[in-house]
Amino acid sequence: MKQYIIRRILTSIIVLFGVSFLLYGIIRMMPGDFVQQMTSGNPEITAEQKEKLREQYGIGGSVIEGYVNWVKGAVKLDFGDSFKYKEPVMKVISERMWVSFSLAAIALIIELAIAIPLGVIAATKQYSKTDYTIVFFALAGISLPSFFFAALLRRVFAIGLKVLPLSGMVTARAHYTGIAYYLDVAEHFILPITVFVILGIGSWLRYTRTNMLEVLNMDYVRTARAKGLDERVVVFKHAFRNTLIPIVTFIGAQIPALFSGAIITEGIFSIPGLGKAAIDAVNEKDLPFLMGYLVFLAVLTLLGTLISDILYAVVDPRVRYN
Amino acid sequence: MADSQTQLKHDKETIEFEKNQVILTPGQLIMKRFFRNKLAILGLVIIIAVILFAYIGPIFSPYGEYELFYVDQNTGVEYHMDDKEAIKSPTVGVNVKAPISKAHILGTDTDGRDVFTRLMYGSRISLEFSIAVTAIEMLIGITLGGIAGYYGGKVDMVIMRLVEIFYCIPFVPLMLIVSSFMAAFGIAPEHKIYWLMLIMGLFNWSGVTRMVRGQVLTIREMDYMAAAEASGISVRKKIFKHLIPNCIPIIIVMATMDLGSFIITESTLSYLGVGLSTPFASLGSMVNAVNDQIVMENYLNIWMPPGIMLLLIVMAFNFIGDGLRDAFDPKMKR
Repeated sequence: MKQYIIRRILTSIIVLFGVSFLLYGIIRMMPGDFVQQMTSGNPEITAEQKEKLREQYGIGGSVIEGYVNWVKGAVKLDFGDSFKYKEPVMKVISERMWVSFSLAAIALIIELAIAIPLGVIAATKQYSKTDYTIVFFALAGISLPSFFFAALLRRVFAIGLKVLPLSGMVTARAHYTGIAYYLDVAEHFILPITVFVILGIGSWLRYTRTNMLEVLNMDYVRTARAKGLDERVVVFKHAFRNTLIPIVTFIGAQIPALFSGAIITEGIFSIPGLGKAAIDAVNEKDLPFLMGYLVFLAVLTLLGTLISDILYAVVDPRVRYN
Repeated sequence: MADSQTQLKHDKETIEFEKNQVILTPGQLIMKRFFRNKLAILGLVIIIAVILFAYIGPIFSPYGEYELFYVDQNTGVEYHMDDKEAIKSPTVGVNVKAPISKAHILGTDTDGRDVFTRLMYGSRISLEFSIAVTAIEMLIGITLGGIAGYYGGKVDMVIMRLVEIFYCIPFVPLMLIVSSFMAAFGIAPEHKIYWLMLIMGLFNWSGVTRMVRGQVLTIREMDYMAAAEASGISVRKKIFKHLIPNCIPIIIVMATMDLGSFIITESTLSYLGVGLSTPFASLGSMVNAVNDQIVMENYLNIWMPPGIMLLLIVMAFNFIGDGLRDAFDPKMKR
């Protein structure tokens, strides 16, 4: 097992090199760089000065040169300073990711609390009216475009009923402290979290339902029924516990992704998380931040698959990696 | 004597019984399971309705995709943009945000175009776009997945690392970047759509490859593959006759689901302003009008219909995909 994990980490590093090189190339190909944007309002600047500035920002030489320099820093976990925030990229990311994480984590807990029981009910009553209703709403949730649903919620609750704030994370100029602050943030989080939950419930529910159906058709469930056990015991003790195996691995795989930030939802609600920062970075050609952020996402993805593979072996003793 | 008569009767009954037996092929069984799923049928009905709306609708619509309308402020008489003489009059302006009326079933948008007509063209482009992207994605994904799974070894190793690389690249930030150089390279808006299709296909095949490879790996270990091997048929026949047909179910399900998800991706990009742009009416960019708070508050007829249309199309694909998945999976039957 240890050997397996080491090997996986080594291949992940190779993959990260591939990803970062590809991304660096693409970002550098972007027309117009930060220096050009910064100096566009200044007619007196000469080409020479611009070149010097580029040198300073580390985007002077060729793409390969720049990439090698970037890698030299990156292996020491130094991703350079963000052009926009004038702070180390690592710091900007680590500050902002907790906002994204708290949003996503709360949403995940709510999703699971709703999706798992409903999934179990749907599976035990396959092809019944209850099943159809549950699956209908789950799939409808998955199918909602986030930007449209967010707009709808804002129209109804913020503009129509005026009960929730339209956007932002705190009320501007209110300067709450202590509990009042958290209540204020909570109020601002209701709509974005609703978006996450409604869009996310479906996949969990479908996953639970599919696995539950599979388990319910197993021989040991038939045996349990044949023994004359109460249907509730059969479902919750014999079947559901075995459904938990894939669910736990699926949850494990999702945990790193909670930090990744949601570009659309955060953008619409102006929540200062990572997703919002990413949109700003693209607009301002903030190369170090973009590189840091995209590589951070790649690491999270790789971590997610690794965790799910390991958990798979942990919860299911039949799985062996060699 | 009586004995042989009952025997005869018995035989007759057996023959009768066998005649009445309906023997279903696996395909028919799948169809039967699929059509028993009410949600799947609902999905099919929605898709057919949308296709009719998007392709037959424009024939009956009196307006074009980007026709502007003008209105005389004083008399309220509406003019078409080709009516050069009339629109020169100082009291005539573009008929923006017109309310729902007989002439404009869903009113006009912020540029003075008929929302209902644009809804037809928007749905059409969404469908065509996502079909094209899915085709590209499937072509790359199935080929690479098949090769990786069948040959294994070093080939598999290289392809799987490539899969991981592409799997790790976050798509929406990437598109934000890519769109900025499409603008700079001066790609005409009417060509941009093809580039978008290509890029989306090129960056989304990794999931398909992974699935197909996994499927090929399991099939390769099956007894019937060993039998095929033993009978000494050619590699080509083995792949096309035994491997691929057994991967088809999983491919169909994936393709259906992806048709829906690409529509969402495309509309998201268009909403952000980096997807399809004029002259194409994209559902996503139609919803984009909502960013204007006045439109959001007062002109629901402009941004609600395209959003609902998107929801309907994607939901229908998901219903069908889900139904197909259950139908193909023998473990799901009760």
